[in-house]
Amino acid sequence: MKEILLIKLGEIVLKGLNRKNFEDTLLRTLRRRLAKIGSFQVKASQSTITVKPMDDDIDMDDAVLCVSRVFGIAAFARACKAEKDLEKIKEQAGEYLRETLEDAKTFKVESKRSDKKFPYTSPEISAEVGGYLLEKFPHLTVDVHDPDVIVTVEIRDFAAYIRAGLIRGAGGIPVGTGGKACVLISGGIDSPVAAYTMAKRGLELMAVHFASPPYTSERAEEKVVELLTRVAKYSGRMKMYTVPFTKIQEQIREKCNEDYFTIIMRRFMMEIAQRLAADKGAQALITGESLGQVASQTIGAIACTDAVCRMPVFRPLLGMDKEEIIEISRKIDTFEVSIQPFEDCCTVFTPKHPRTKPMLENVIAEENKIDSLPLIEEAVQNVKVRDIV
Amino acid sequence: MREIYLDNSATTMVCPQAAQKALKMMTENYGNPSSLHSKGFEAQKELEAARSAAAEILNAEPSEIIFTSGGTESNNTAVFGAAEALSRRGNKIVTTAFEHSSVIEAVQRLESRGFEAVYLKPDKNGTVSREAIEEAVDKNTVLVSIMAVNNETGAMLPIEAVRRIIDRAGSPALFHVDAVQAFGKIPLRPKKLGIDLLSASSHKIHGPKGAGILYIRRGARIVPLHYGGEQEKKIRPGTEPIPLICAMGEAIKSLPDMKTELEDMKKLNAYCRSRLSEIENVHINSDESCLPYIINFSVRGIRSETMLHYLAEKGIFVSSGSACAKGKKSHVLEAMELDAALADSALRVSFSRYNTREDIDELIKELVNADNTLARSK
Repeated sequence: MKEILLIKLGEIVLKGLNRKNFEDTLLRTLRRRLAKIGSFQVKASQSTITVKPMDDDIDMDDAVLCVSRVFGIAAFARACKAEKDLEKIKEQAGEYLRETLEDAKTFKVESKRSDKKFPYTSPEISAEVGGYLLEKFPHLTVDVHDPDVIVTVEIRDFAAYIRAGLIRGAGGIPVGTGGKACVLISGGIDSPVAAYTMAKRGLELMAVHFASPPYTSERAEEKVVELLTRVAKYSGRMKMYTVPFTKIQEQIREKCNEDYFTIIMRRFMMEIAQRLAADKGAQALITGESLGQVASQTIGAIACTDAVCRMPVFRPLLGMDKEEIIEISRKIDTFEVSIQPFEDCCTVFTPKHPRTKPMLENVIAEENKIDSLPLIEEAVQNVKVRDIV
Repeated sequence: MREIYLDNSATTMVCPQAAQKALKMMTENYGNPSSLHSKGFEAQKELEAARSAAAEILNAEPSEIIFTSGGTESNNTAVFGAAEALSRRGNKIVTTAFEHSSVIEAVQRLESRGFEAVYLKPDKNGTVSREAIEEAVDKNTVLVSIMAVNNETGAMLPIEAVRRIIDRAGSPALFHVDAVQAFGKIPLRPKKLGIDLLSASSHKIHGPKGAGILYIRRGARIVPLHYGGEQEKKIRPGTEPIPLICAMGEAIKSLPDMKTELEDMKKLNAYCRSRLSEIENVHINSDESCLPYIINFSVRGIRSETMLHYLAEKGIFVSSGSACAKGKKSHVLEAMELDAALADSALRVSFSRYNTREDIDELIKELVNADNTLARSK
């Protein structure tokens, strides 16, 4: 008996004319991701996608984990397919749900009949299947209000499906349907969460990381690769661009007032990131800033940083507390990587008294002590690319 | 690029004799020492030869040597094993605030089970005084665990004074010495020093990682951490990792004469100190009384990690703090109350018999370069 997955579309069904586009993207994503596990048939019909394993040795637990990380899916279920014959449906239900029902005390059966030519009505199906299961598992009782298990029988055009319970999907909308954006990633807890959060809203990602050897190490960069690899389990593959940032940091250190170090550094980062983003077809930047978390994340500091930005900057964590951010980072499995203690380019040279209310004209005056343009161009030209899969 | 390895307190290169031994034990004498047939007996003889080598260097009986997986396991076995064995006679443990984490965290675990612990703080030289130990040890003390040489600074602790202190206090305590950094470098005579338990590790003396020694004085009883076989007097059951243990035995046999090497190291250390003091921004954190194998110093204004990566790019390998702590602030320097700016830029070089003056010249050259070119925190 082959188990399949039935996927209910999430917000997608609300999207009028774009629906086809959303659905196609979702199907493509599912096919690509599932291909890493084995051979599957992925088909859409009647606002449901069915995922059918084409290989006997596929472990459906792997498929469930994979699907649970695809954005655009509100909920899905493991199900078994049966012939459209009431006797066969009853038998299959008893066999397929044996373990689940043996562990339960109460249950009920719900039926959905989208093929109205099927000779029994929904209540009739429920009653028949329910009666059969009660006989087969005499320890069970029926509870229509709060059962341990809800057995659902769906009668569709070409087959019947039997399932118990729904699995929560990753929600959101399919990656790629919202365009592309570029995340600035340091290695801390916040930026991977920001990347994940925006990918959930349909954005395809690219990532920019700033490396300052010898102030930062290869391990710090490897840490970022690992973080992005974990984010990519949700967002799908992306490219990571590593920018050589040592010269710029040394210049700021040497020429500018220490108190402005972080803000000027962030302005350089934004400038470089948006050049790379524009070049690779991204339309926005993503950062992990959370308002007031550190000195460079106050309104005044963000205003100064934003003054160099020619594209929108998405800051999905702006209103979140650290605890809330950590909760998501644990959920997406990036937390333990993030807390590895390697220096990143934001922690070297932290000023003792950073400005929390910097004035833009002062920042610009300090920044003008550096001949920025050639430095920026050099950094952009020497970027190193890697594939994150 | 020539590689200059100055991180021998983190780990060492396996010496050729040990590597060859490991290969032979993996491909030829691969029997299980517990097997009754001749293949097993062959392996058992090799195992006992390694044990004799370890016993000899400690001036101990072979029956007092237990093989473990390394320093951490030896320390854990000693601390938990002694505390449990004597738990009816008292509940106090005396140790220092700058032990290796495999001692400190084990003692902390015991605290959560109701033991009381005293962590002696180091003085500015990074050691503790006899008086401080004397004051802490009382009748209720069941374990005194003090390292022979500190891993971050090379400071030597007064382990020779402890046995008398315990006895005078009328305490039933077992005395454990974490000798991971001292083993094979300075003469250790546990019997003479009244040490009951002593930990040592293979990979600090040009043996492979994954093997270690726990000396247990005849008559001292500890409760095992592991169960499931007769091996290693039931203290460390499980089939012995023969290739690692025998390679460690070979590494011990290959150690040069300790006195001669110590003299050579003193010269190398003095040379390194004098060259370091040529650099104005360098502050040497290790006191001159420290074991000459280790020098801890700071280059003011340049963070440890930055300097470490800079030197690594030039093929010179040193350590920031202790390698087990990767980037975490050093609890040893913290306990010594070293100025925060110095602790932030602390580096450790640690020598082995394979290091030369040329290595130090190269180190100094690159430190000067870094000092002149790297941007520093103001």
